[in-house]
Amino acid sequence: MSIFIDRSTRLVVQGITGRDGSFHTNQMAAYGTQVVAGVTPGKGGQTFETDEGEAIPIFNTVEETVQEEGANTSVIYVPPAFAAGAIMESADAGIQFIVAITEGIPVIDMTRTYAFVKDRGARLLGPNCPGAITPGVGKVGIIPGQITTAGPVGVVSRSGTLTYEAVNQLTEAGIGQTTCVGIGGDPIIGTNFIDTLQAFSDDPDTEAVVMIGEIGGTDEQEAARWVKENMEIPVVGFIAGQTAPPGRQMGHAGAIISGSAGTAEEKMKVFEENGIAVARRPVDIRTLIQEELGH
Amino acid sequence: MDIHEYQAKKLFRDAGIPVPPGEVATTPDEAEKLATNYGGNVVVKAQVHTGGRGKAGGVKLASSAAEAREHASRILGMSIKDLTVKKVLVTPVEDIEAEAYVGVLIDRATQTPMFMVSPEGGVDIEEVAATNPEAIRKLRVDPRYGLLPHQAYGLATFLYDDPKLVKQATRIMGQLYQAFTQNACSLAEINPLIVTPDGEVKAIDAKVSIDESALFRLPEVAEFRDLDAEPASETKAREAGLSFVKLDGNVGCCVNGAGLAMATMDLVKYYGGEPANFLDIGGSSNPDKVVAALEIITADPNVKAILFNIFGGITRCDDVANGIVEAARRIDIQPPIVIRLTGTNEEEALRILEDAGYSAFTSMDEVVEKAVELAAQA
Repeated sequence: MSIFIDRSTRLVVQGITGRDGSFHTNQMAAYGTQVVAGVTPGKGGQTFETDEGEAIPIFNTVEETVQEEGANTSVIYVPPAFAAGAIMESADAGIQFIVAITEGIPVIDMTRTYAFVKDRGARLLGPNCPGAITPGVGKVGIIPGQITTAGPVGVVSRSGTLTYEAVNQLTEAGIGQTTCVGIGGDPIIGTNFIDTLQAFSDDPDTEAVVMIGEIGGTDEQEAARWVKENMEIPVVGFIAGQTAPPGRQMGHAGAIISGSAGTAEEKMKVFEENGIAVARRPVDIRTLIQEELGH
Repeated sequence: MDIHEYQAKKLFRDAGIPVPPGEVATTPDEAEKLATNYGGNVVVKAQVHTGGRGKAGGVKLASSAAEAREHASRILGMSIKDLTVKKVLVTPVEDIEAEAYVGVLIDRATQTPMFMVSPEGGVDIEEVAATNPEAIRKLRVDPRYGLLPHQAYGLATFLYDDPKLVKQATRIMGQLYQAFTQNACSLAEINPLIVTPDGEVKAIDAKVSIDESALFRLPEVAEFRDLDAEPASETKAREAGLSFVKLDGNVGCCVNGAGLAMATMDLVKYYGGEPANFLDIGGSSNPDKVVAALEIITADPNVKAILFNIFGGITRCDDVANGIVEAARRIDIQPPIVIRLTGTNEEEALRILEDAGYSAFTSMDEVVEKAVELAAQA
C-alpha cells in the first residue's frame, strides 16, 4: 500500500509541452506512471511522443481529460502567473489529487486558490514542491525514481534535494519507502504535515515516518503535538535552518523566522517534547529509523 | 521585499487612506527646504529597512527649518543596525490624542489574510501580544469575498467608541485591505493610526513588505527596491537567479536546493565551523550560474574555504563538475574548494574533478568536516 499515488492513478500533465513539463513527462512515464493525457491550451488534438515512443493525447482543457481519458490526478508545470488558474481548473474538472510543482505563485493568489480547492473536495499538494513517489508504482512530480525503493517507511518533507539526500541514505541502507511526499516550501500549501501524517497513519504498510521540516511557521510544531495524540507508529524528525538568521528568507518563500517564531531550535524542542526522535545531522535520520524499526 | 515608510505611505495614499503629506530628502539642504514648506514643525525620519529607528536616534522632532536641517545632517549617513541612512522623510508634526495599531498579514496557520487591531498603538505589537493579549483583536478574512462591511465595522468599534471615529476607521480598514491585496503584501501595518484633536483619523507611520513572487505584475512596486538596503553580493545573486543570504562565517557554501543548503550550513556549525552564506544554485548546472556563485562567494574576504554540496537527482553531477572546472578557469579563486557530489552520473563527475586536481567526496559529513578544517587552518 501507499498514500496519494497507487496503481489507480491516471495522470494528466498540465503544461505538457513546456520545457519542464515535457522533460518530466518522460521521466514519469519511464518510471511506469500511467500518464493518460496532457493539457496545453491551443494544442488540443495533438499528441506528445515520449522518448520510449508512447503517444500521449493532448487536450485544451483538463475537463476533457477527465471525460475522455478518466484522469484523476494532475501535475502542474505551468509558469507562476498561470499556475493558480491551472490548479483551480483541475479542481473544477473533478481531479481528486492535484500536484503543483511551480515555484513563485503569489501568496495572495494561493489564499484564494486554497479555499477554492478545499470547497471542491480535492487534495492539493504544493505548490513549490517536488511532488510524490510511490516506489515501484508511480511518481507525480520531479523526485528522481532511482534513489527510492519500496519498503515500510513514509517520508514527508518541505524540501526537495534534502529529501532526496535522506531518501537516498535510507535506500542505500536497504530501508525502502511506502511513499515519499514533498509538501512544498511556500507559506500557503495545500497539504500540510498533519494531512500527510494522517494518511501514513491510515496506511497499513507504513511502519515508521521520517518528517523533514525547516524554519518558518508552526506547521511542524502542530504536527508534533498531533503525532503524540494520534500516531502509533514511530516518527523521526529533522529540521533544517539552525544557522539561519531571523527575518531572512532562506530560498523557500516560507523559510523565514518571523520575530522569534519558527526557529529550528523551537521546532526540535517541540519534536522532542512530543516523542519524535530528532536527527541532528541528515545521516542520523537513517540511524534513528534503523533503531525504530529494530534493524 | 521590505519597502521604505515613504513608499508604503504612497501605496496607502493611493488606496485613499488619510496620510499626512511628506517628502524625502537626501541632503540637509533638501530637508531644510521641505521643512520650510511645511512651516518648520516637522518630524525627520530615517528611511531604513528596520524597526527601532526612534530608539536609535533616527526619528527627530524639529520646531524650525534650521533645526530640521541639523537633524537631517546628523541622521543622514548614520548607521542603524548596520544599515546606512541615505534618505530621510520630512513630514509635518501631527497632534495626537490617541494611537491605535492596525495590521494585515498572511496567517500561515489558517492560510488566509488576517487583521490584527489594537487600541494600544505606537508600540511594538509583539509586546502588546505578550503582555496584554486582550488588547488585540484578530480577524481572518475569507480571501474570496474580501473584508466585508460588518467585519470592517467590527474592527473599527474595537478601536473607538465615537461614531465619527468609527466611521473613518471602518473606511480605512477596507482601504488597507485593498492596498494589501492589490500590492500583494505579506504585511501592511499602520502603527500608529492616530486621532487628532480635530477628530481626524490618520496613518502617521507605515510598514509594508511585498511578496517577491508578485513583482512580475506590479512594475511600479518593483521599482521600490532599494539596492542600497542590501549587500552588493545579494543584488548580484538575485540578478544571476541565485538565492543568496550573506552571513558572517568563513566557510563559503554552494548547494543545490534550499533545504539541503540550510542543512549543509547547519552541518558546518555542527563540525565547529561557521557558514559564510546561504546559496542555492537551483536545479541548473549552467556553468554561468556556477561562475556567478563563485564570484559572489570569493568576493567575501572572510571566506577561507569553499564547499560544494550537490545532490544530483534531475541535475546531472557531471554537468555541475564541468561547471566548476569551467568556472575555475574563468576566475581566480584563492580559497581551497572541496566538493561533494552524489547521485546521477557521480562517477563521471568525480573523474572530471580529480583530473582537474580537486578533492571530491561522496559523503556530506566528510566534505563538511574537511571544509571546516581547511577554513580553520587558513
